[in-house]
Amino acid sequence: MIKNVNRRTLLKLAGAGAAASVGPFYLRSAGAADTIPVAAIHDASGGIDIYGRPMINCVNLAVEELNAAGGVLGKKIDLVNYDAQSNMQLYTQYAVEAATKQKADVVFGGILSASREAMRPSLKRFKTLYFYSLLYEGGVCDRNTFCMGSTPAQTLEKFTPFVMKHFNGKKIYTLAADYNYGQITAKWIKKFATENGGDVIQTDFFPLDVSEFGTTIRKIQAAQPDIIMSVLVGAAHNSFYRQWVASGMKDKIPMASTTFGIGNEQVLTSPEEHNGIIVSYAYFDGIQTPENLDFLKRYYARFGEKADAVTEGAAMSYHAVNLWAKAAELAGTTEREKVIEALETGLSFTGPAGKTTIDPATHHDTLDVYIAEVRDGKYNVLESYLQQPPADTAAVCNLTENPNENKQFVIDVQI
Amino acid sequence: MTLRSILGYLAVALAALYALVVVPAAGDMTTMINGTVYASYGVLVLSLALIWGYAGILSFGQAAFFGIGGYVYAVAALNLGDTTLSAFIAVLAATGFAALLGYFMFWGRLSDVYLGVVTLTVSLILYRFMNQTAGDEWTIGVAPLGGFNGIPSTPILTVPGDPDTMLEPEQIYMLAILALLASYLLCKFLLATRFGRIIVGIRENESRVELLGYDSRYYKLAIFSLAGGIAGVGGVLFANCVFVSPNMFNLQTNGQIIIWVIVGGLGTLAGPVIGCFLMLMLATELGTLGQGAAASWADPNLIMGVILTAFVLVLRKGLLPMSLAAFDRMVSGRSRSGELAVPVEKSVAAE
Amino acid sequence: MDSLVIGLLQFLVTIANLALVAAGLAIVFGMMRVINFAHGEFLMLGGYAAIVSNQAGLNLWVSMFIVAPLVVGLVGAILERLVIRRLYGRMIDTMLATWGISLALIGIATIVFGNTVAGISPPLGSLSIGQYAIGWYELFLVAVVAVLFFAGWLFLRFTSAGLVARGTMQNRQMAGALGIDPNRVYAVTFTVGAAVTGLAGALIAPIAGVVPSIGAVYIAKAFITVISGGTAILAGTLASATVLGSVNTFFSFVLSPVLGEVALLMAAVVLLRILPRGISGRFFRRSL
Repeated sequence: MIKNVNRRTLLKLAGAGAAASVGPFYLRSAGAADTIPVAAIHDASGGIDIYGRPMINCVNLAVEELNAAGGVLGKKIDLVNYDAQSNMQLYTQYAVEAATKQKADVVFGGILSASREAMRPSLKRFKTLYFYSLLYEGGVCDRNTFCMGSTPAQTLEKFTPFVMKHFNGKKIYTLAADYNYGQITAKWIKKFATENGGDVIQTDFFPLDVSEFGTTIRKIQAAQPDIIMSVLVGAAHNSFYRQWVASGMKDKIPMASTTFGIGNEQVLTSPEEHNGIIVSYAYFDGIQTPENLDFLKRYYARFGEKADAVTEGAAMSYHAVNLWAKAAELAGTTEREKVIEALETGLSFTGPAGKTTIDPATHHDTLDVYIAEVRDGKYNVLESYLQQPPADTAAVCNLTENPNENKQFVIDVQI
Repeated sequence: MTLRSILGYLAVALAALYALVVVPAAGDMTTMINGTVYASYGVLVLSLALIWGYAGILSFGQAAFFGIGGYVYAVAALNLGDTTLSAFIAVLAATGFAALLGYFMFWGRLSDVYLGVVTLTVSLILYRFMNQTAGDEWTIGVAPLGGFNGIPSTPILTVPGDPDTMLEPEQIYMLAILALLASYLLCKFLLATRFGRIIVGIRENESRVELLGYDSRYYKLAIFSLAGGIAGVGGVLFANCVFVSPNMFNLQTNGQIIIWVIVGGLGTLAGPVIGCFLMLMLATELGTLGQGAAASWADPNLIMGVILTAFVLVLRKGLLPMSLAAFDRMVSGRSRSGELAVPVEKSVAAE
Repeated sequence: MDSLVIGLLQFLVTIANLALVAAGLAIVFGMMRVINFAHGEFLMLGGYAAIVSNQAGLNLWVSMFIVAPLVVGLVGAILERLVIRRLYGRMIDTMLATWGISLALIGIATIVFGNTVAGISPPLGSLSIGQYAIGWYELFLVAVVAVLFFAGWLFLRFTSAGLVARGTMQNRQMAGALGIDPNRVYAVTFTVGAAVTGLAGALIAPIAGVVPSIGAVYIAKAFITVISGGTAILAGTLASATVLGSVNTFFSFVLSPVLGEVALLMAAVVLLRILPRGISGRFFRRSL
């Protein structure tokens, strides 16, 4: 029962109000007691929509499947999708709308860390449970929030030594997106490289809208590293891979990445640009488990063969909805406090991404981590590491002892 | 006072009454949060309506002062703890920055499109700079600038003199509406003074005003700095309902403000604010049409673009002047023009 | 030695890129005093035209040098007829209207192509200089820009159509009085400007890739280059591309790419403060 809230009539009404426009003459959405109101807030348009679209698909799929199987606690889920249009202020506005007007029992969503931080305070204030599904820099410590994605320490602890061994090199040159995720990831890379006898000789940061990498490639050529570690993010950064190949560097220095593929870069670059890049996430659509193969079949049957490929964020959105449903069934209610307590029992869900288990102390999850090689637009999984704990967040956050904590810690990486 | 201006004040008073009494009484949180965001932008658009509509200064980078207001507030509040003082510092900083930039431009005799380029460039410089401050080295006192993510932990305003009692969202809402009202009345008052008349004179014919013995540079500097301060107030409000991030400075933000002025009506004060509220409501509604809709026919860029082009080409006067003209025709049976006329654009051909 | 050569080449590439993305805007601004804010989207359309026709099986060079200019030129001609013509002499209005068009084009491109990066790999391989290497394609762009500007100069200097163009540039009223239909000159100018922009968009597509919103990356740079250059199409644009491109490359090498961009913007602000009518408003006054 996916519902499109159509309020064009309201828009006309409000338009007539002109100056007196912010009106409380709002039509109450028909929140009848026999359904469970649930909200999903993502970017379906604007620059970030490449991340948002597969996530929205997966939330929709999970809800439809639950409803088809009789709903949660015998009630259907009434899901409303909000499109924040890649605009941070709309996240704040929709979070309040979902919590106070729609009276959602749970909110799924948020893509960039900034969008999560735009919603988190409002959802906490209005006592609405919140799931965040994208991989991020770690450190969120808030009893009302569950972070489903992988954090740098979870993937990089195994990934960094693997890459050094795989490419048989020690000198790493890191290129990172210049925001919190990139900065923190770069530190973890340096830490794990040093611990394994390697060295990060240089780290360069690029704001998300930089698309000219000419001078950088010249600098890399001067530095002669063994391995390039790319933490580049977003559409503009995609041109790095293209310019790298154009400069004839592809076969000279191998590349690994912690971010290649979050926005389905493997589909957007050509095989000669991406073949051989090594990546690590908590989910790949190339995972050959029966759960995943079956999930992909259902996904493409529902959204068509041309649907956006499933990313880690998308798979974790699917896990998030199912974990919440499981917790509600266990608690026997959708009341926030009871559901949180149920989740804190260390609930787990086995799905396309393998097994994810809620870690009660951090409200993050213990998950399976995979390493894969990109080849011809697909992932070949090379290695998997089961049940990696969120060690980075655990170092700063313990919600079992301090349930009133409410902040995002900046994790101090000791190198 | 003409009948029309009496009715105008009455309309503003009614709108204020509605926003300050009816809305809070209804207690709908969503309306109030939306109202706070809209009002903070409303203050910003008012500052452009003032300098573009009345002084003929088209600042393409008015958001620079909005962003500076927000950032200075966030940094000062994190460091000082006293948010009331920080808000004052922030508005002063925005005013001061506008004064510096104004001195740079007006004493360089920059005008028209060149002035637009310089203001836009300054805003983009701030955007680029703030965007690359995610590293640990970019920390002012205890406040990390945060780069692309901005400063999510921006402190909320507290009750003056009682730094431990944060204002509730309802109170921030009231404050934002009051600030919008106060800015509007300040502009209105200013334009009625001798100073305001000289400003309008400069817009109409700068050399004639100079020949009358006024040094137009000082007047432009004064009004430009004041507008910078007003935009700064908007920035502080925005920091209190969302949080500060480099997007406050970007091309889209700068562009939106100009669209609002055009839609509402250049050469009026209330018009652009109405334009701002309507366009923001439209954006908010677009996102709740449901998944799929926004990505197909209702692409926000497409809608904004069509609206802007249509207003420039067809509905050139903007909503408020058009409805006022319609009102006049209704009342007196003939159309009037004059006080609300759109200033004639000067071509900058370098003949 | 190697680093010096590669550094010099990098300078040339940056300057050529700047001149290339600004060229179409400069033609329109120099001739018509019209600031076309949809310029960035013309670049974007040029990129998509090249990529789509290439993916449809057309030769890459044909797609870039013929299809892209034709398609974008046509779009330009239509927009000139429908919008720009109605706003001649109203500089600010034109700017706002073209900006509305720019937003609408982004919207349409998003609906048609989606918000994902489309790209073609750069052809031609790379040139090795010691431990460095630079793409031949990037050097090829430098040559294209040189040819483009030289052709522009030949056209303006030696053809009768070029004479009409120069006359209109210098004194529109006088040209009109001599029986030249300014509307026709403007329509042709805008179309040519759009076509050149389409070509530029196609040429940068292999390096930068194309997204509906890519125009925003270039519009500010192109806009600032043209305004800093002033109204002389060729000399002004080349001069300001050289100044701004050098500043950008130098600071990118020494500090970081972002601070290179910041330095570029600051240089433009200072330049305009000293020379409020752009470089060619002071120097090269009689040049083209």
